[in-house]
Amino acid sequence: MKSIIDLVYLVPLFPLIGFLINGLGRKNLSKSLSGIIGSGVILASFVVSLLIFNETRAEGFIATTVNLFEFINVAGLNIPFAFQVDQLSALFLLIITGVGFLIHVYSTSYMHEEEPHHYARYFSFLNLFVFSMLLLVLGANYLIMFIGWEGVGLCSYLLIGYWFKNTEYGNAARKAFVMNRIGDLGFLLGLFFIIQQFGSLTYTEVFSQAEGMFKGDAIIVVITLLLFVGATGKSAQIPLYTWLPDAMAGPTPVSALIHAATMVTAGIYMIARSNILYTLAPVSQTVVAVVGLATAILAATIALKQNDIKKVLAYSTVSQLGYMFLGLGVGAYTGAVFHVMTHAFFKALLFLGAGSVIHAMHHEQDIRKMGGLAKKLPTTHWTFLAGCIAIAGIPPFSGFFSKDEILVHAFAANPVYYVIGLAGALMTAFYMFRLYAMTFRGTFRGTHEQEHHLHESPWQMTMPLIVLAVLAIVAGFVGIPELFAADAHKLEHYLAPVFKASTEIAETHHVEHSTEYILLAVSITLIVLSILYALNRFSKKPETGEAEGFGKVLANKWYVDELYNSIVTKPLNGLGAFTNRFIEKSGIDGIVNGVGKSVQWGGRQLRLMQSGQVGSYVLWMVLGILILFVITITILK
Amino acid sequence: MTALLLILVPLIGGLVTFFVKQESQAKLWSFVVSLVTLAAMSVNLLMHDEAGRSFTAEWLPMLGSSFALQMDGASTLLCFLTSLCYPIIFSSTWKSSYASPNSFYGLMLLAQAGITGVFLAADGLLFYFFWELALIPVYFLCSKWGGEKRIAVTFKFFIYTFIGSLLMLVGLLYMYYQTADASFSMQSLYAVKLTGEQQSWLFWLFFVAFAVKMPVFPFHTWQPDTYEQSPTAVTMVLSALMVKMGLFAVIRWLLPLFPDAAVQYDNIVIGLSVIGMIYASILAMQQDDIKRLIAYSSIAHIGLMSAALFVNNESGLQGAMIQLFSHGVNVLGMWIVIELIERRFGTRKMSELGGLAQKAPGLTILLVIVALANVALPLTNAFIGEFLMFNGLFKFNIWYAAVGGLSVILSAIYSLRMIQKVFYGNENILTATGADINWVEKASLAVIVVAIFVMGVYPKPVFELTTDTVTLILGVFK
Amino acid sequence: MPINYYIILAVALFSIGVAGVLTRRNAIIIFMCIELMLNAVNLLLVAFSKMHYANAVAINPSAIAGTEAQLFVFFIMVVAAAEVSVGLAIIVMMYRNIHSVDVNFLNRLKH
Repeated sequence: MKSIIDLVYLVPLFPLIGFLINGLGRKNLSKSLSGIIGSGVILASFVVSLLIFNETRAEGFIATTVNLFEFINVAGLNIPFAFQVDQLSALFLLIITGVGFLIHVYSTSYMHEEEPHHYARYFSFLNLFVFSMLLLVLGANYLIMFIGWEGVGLCSYLLIGYWFKNTEYGNAARKAFVMNRIGDLGFLLGLFFIIQQFGSLTYTEVFSQAEGMFKGDAIIVVITLLLFVGATGKSAQIPLYTWLPDAMAGPTPVSALIHAATMVTAGIYMIARSNILYTLAPVSQTVVAVVGLATAILAATIALKQNDIKKVLAYSTVSQLGYMFLGLGVGAYTGAVFHVMTHAFFKALLFLGAGSVIHAMHHEQDIRKMGGLAKKLPTTHWTFLAGCIAIAGIPPFSGFFSKDEILVHAFAANPVYYVIGLAGALMTAFYMFRLYAMTFRGTFRGTHEQEHHLHESPWQMTMPLIVLAVLAIVAGFVGIPELFAADAHKLEHYLAPVFKASTEIAETHHVEHSTEYILLAVSITLIVLSILYALNRFSKKPETGEAEGFGKVLANKWYVDELYNSIVTKPLNGLGAFTNRFIEKSGIDGIVNGVGKSVQWGGRQLRLMQSGQVGSYVLWMVLGILILFVITITILK
Repeated sequence: MTALLLILVPLIGGLVTFFVKQESQAKLWSFVVSLVTLAAMSVNLLMHDEAGRSFTAEWLPMLGSSFALQMDGASTLLCFLTSLCYPIIFSSTWKSSYASPNSFYGLMLLAQAGITGVFLAADGLLFYFFWELALIPVYFLCSKWGGEKRIAVTFKFFIYTFIGSLLMLVGLLYMYYQTADASFSMQSLYAVKLTGEQQSWLFWLFFVAFAVKMPVFPFHTWQPDTYEQSPTAVTMVLSALMVKMGLFAVIRWLLPLFPDAAVQYDNIVIGLSVIGMIYASILAMQQDDIKRLIAYSSIAHIGLMSAALFVNNESGLQGAMIQLFSHGVNVLGMWIVIELIERRFGTRKMSELGGLAQKAPGLTILLVIVALANVALPLTNAFIGEFLMFNGLFKFNIWYAAVGGLSVILSAIYSLRMIQKVFYGNENILTATGADINWVEKASLAVIVVAIFVMGVYPKPVFELTTDTVTLILGVFK
Repeated sequence: MPINYYIILAVALFSIGVAGVLTRRNAIIIFMCIELMLNAVNLLLVAFSKMHYANAVAINPSAIAGTEAQLFVFFIMVVAAAEVSVGLAIIVMMYRNIHSVDVNFLNRLKH
């Protein structure tokens, strides 16, 4: 009996087909057709994912591997092209295809001004993006994951640089790809360590062998740290985070796709997938937690002073990803995955909402020139507000549950994590409502022409907003903490088989219910205060000038880009120029040409003997004879 | 019989071409000849005709040398590569016009005969014979049809490779006098027992010859100049096929003849190769001429292959085998794109180009695919090879893999820089005149794209083909 | 007479010949100097021939050792004669063309 699980290859296959149709037929397809194909294939994938998800919910479902064909089988290393279906991958499938579908639908309208063949190109890239991400989460071994891993890097490159005439955008795209590649190298080295240690890349084999190893084994620490380097690239953590804010050079729905459903969650997925390895390496866990926390704070401070609507959201993504890594670092794997899910909903919502605003404002992204949009764009306004509340973490919106779960676990691991994490959460609430207030409240600050053209977006754009808003509001209820009701955390129950081995090994820090209540009360109170302050301040007196003093440092992102530029890019170029001029041309080639030149020079000197004077020839001859004579009687005696 | 046909068809076809004076006929004739060669090779592969893969005839009995040809896995792969590349080269340069086309195409086919001979020869003297035979037509091709500085550059190229060849000849003759039956045959040479000291210096005599051809750092300086100055069709032959001669010679001759020396000097060779990878990648970032950029990128890739040949484990060797083919296909694709650009706009300077994506989207897509294969993105053919080679290098020494891995990042930097400078951005006066590629050019590139993806997704047939060579080499080391 | 005297004489003649060839510019004199060198060699050959013959006969009265050298002398004389005839012919032609027998006129080998 064939179950739907065996048809799992259909999930990535549909987007691949969509990519091929739209890519090859981009000159012959009408816009509506390529839009329908582009979205339709994702819908088909979503339906299959839903069926698969339904299978995996059954009690006692065992992770299933679906072998497709032999990929690499060399030197005792057998890497099949295989997919693994379990609770974790099924959940990610749903998020990717579900949110992905909404973004596709949204795009059909958002990108409507494009020419048909560019429109089809856009959808083909989008499909390819989803395809790569699906490969990433479906792979049954690290190599298939790596294929998707690099694939999403490529797609982000293609989509960020979608408007290829603009050199700035091209640079942003290159930056994204290269930074990802730096991480990928770490990931690749991690894979080689895994091969050396376990002789396989297949999850089941690696993990079952790892379970037998003792906690803190050096090799596992090395492996997990290297894999984490990959994750910092893909999921935009310190030190490789700077590409993500620049990535908003692409069309807004692409940002939504990158920030919410695909790409940046790859690092979270990878660590959640390798949870057993990380649990066995406490050192790496600490590193993950600290890096996550540092990123969360750093990005939040930068977001406070950004005036580009998409940049604020971009830094908030970096910051939220930091929280997810904090969760992973303290062993709250479920919490991190939970936050991936809720974040996917509200961040997609926020980006699409921002897209709707930008659309209405005719490609104006500066919030200093907006204001008072609430009346003109009611749907966008309400859904955006829902997103803001969700990300700020007000119950019962989804962000509250997932963020709270991470923070409680952080408290259990180390109260310092909690305090810093809470500070970040306050900043999040502050900058999100600063954004909200400056965009939707107060009075309009743009030009008259813009004001005249303000309009609500068509249904293709508002429908996804509404769906996502509903999800952002209710999605939290799958993970109600034990505090409120016993056994209400359905997600934890569902994902339990994936994290079973880790749960057994990890030391459990238990937090008293009373303490937990206090933590909740404190955080909610502070967040509400921070929101009220932001609303009050920025609705009445929006910031319209340039930031000064310390604010300028924040507005310039702590000058990290400049720092990287001066310690990496410039020296590298200098080294290149030096190598090219001195080592290559004067050095190595100089030696080679020098050999040739010295032969020529020697020839020229010898040529002087050939004077053409008969007498000198005779003289040379006589001298030669004399020399031979001397040699004969002295040496050859 | 196939083995003989692979040499004879281009040889005779090439000689005949000299008498076909009219340009279109010369093109057509040489294209047909290359197709016939490809057909012979394909039939052999499809029929699994093992018997046809070796051939022996008397040649110089008084010297103990015979006309012995033999295809093992690696040479089958390379012969297929050669016969596949030639029709693509001819079809993609169909629109280019050369003075005295009969000699141009004739020499091209003679070069094919020589290169194929190198891949097939199972006799030391015959190998040397073909090694030089392949060089001579290329010398004339570069020096007659090349760019402005062609004479000086070609002279340097010739002297460089010729010095290497002479060193090899000395080594070969020494080996010949050591054989039990005064024979140049591969078996007799393999059977020679050498002391460690003899192996050491013989190893270097041979290695320098092959290293110049590959080229390995620091013997590489002829290459960028030569690639830049040669007509692109010849550059294609040089970089897709001739550099493989050096690598293949390491596989067939150097490693089996001097296994002890290969182990003794593995750190030097791999060290040089890894330095070369980084060094060439850094230089590639500095180039303005696309041809030079690809030349340096090719040096970086060859560096990885030459390192992988010496790691003495299966993963590295298999990776190198598949990469022999992949690199040939990918670099050919790059050259085709460059040829198309140069023919349209008359320049190869990135600073003068820009915005081609608007006028030539087809060309852009194909270039992006080939460039991504060049940076070894997964699901392209180069990824399989590079993954296995890095894995092999990692097994040999972690630090080599880590340092060499930097070239993965650098390759992304320079490849994307090239794509951006040439294809993205706004059009300028020069590029506004361009047109997209026609169907012949599309078809040539499509063959390459198909090869890139098929091998990237399903590399198993290649592994099966080359297992025997890998087993042989690993057996020698044990 | 000891062989040394012959050798000294021959070396002296030969050196005079060499010096003449190197220093004189008149083709005829150079020619004569060459002849001088040839004859120095002839003198040596004859002297050594005589010495070897005398030594051999002292041991064995019927020996003919050393006589080959005298054959060489005849060869050299024949060759020298041939050379002179060719050389003089060249000099005559040279004189007809450039009205001089100065060899510096021939410093055109470079071009």
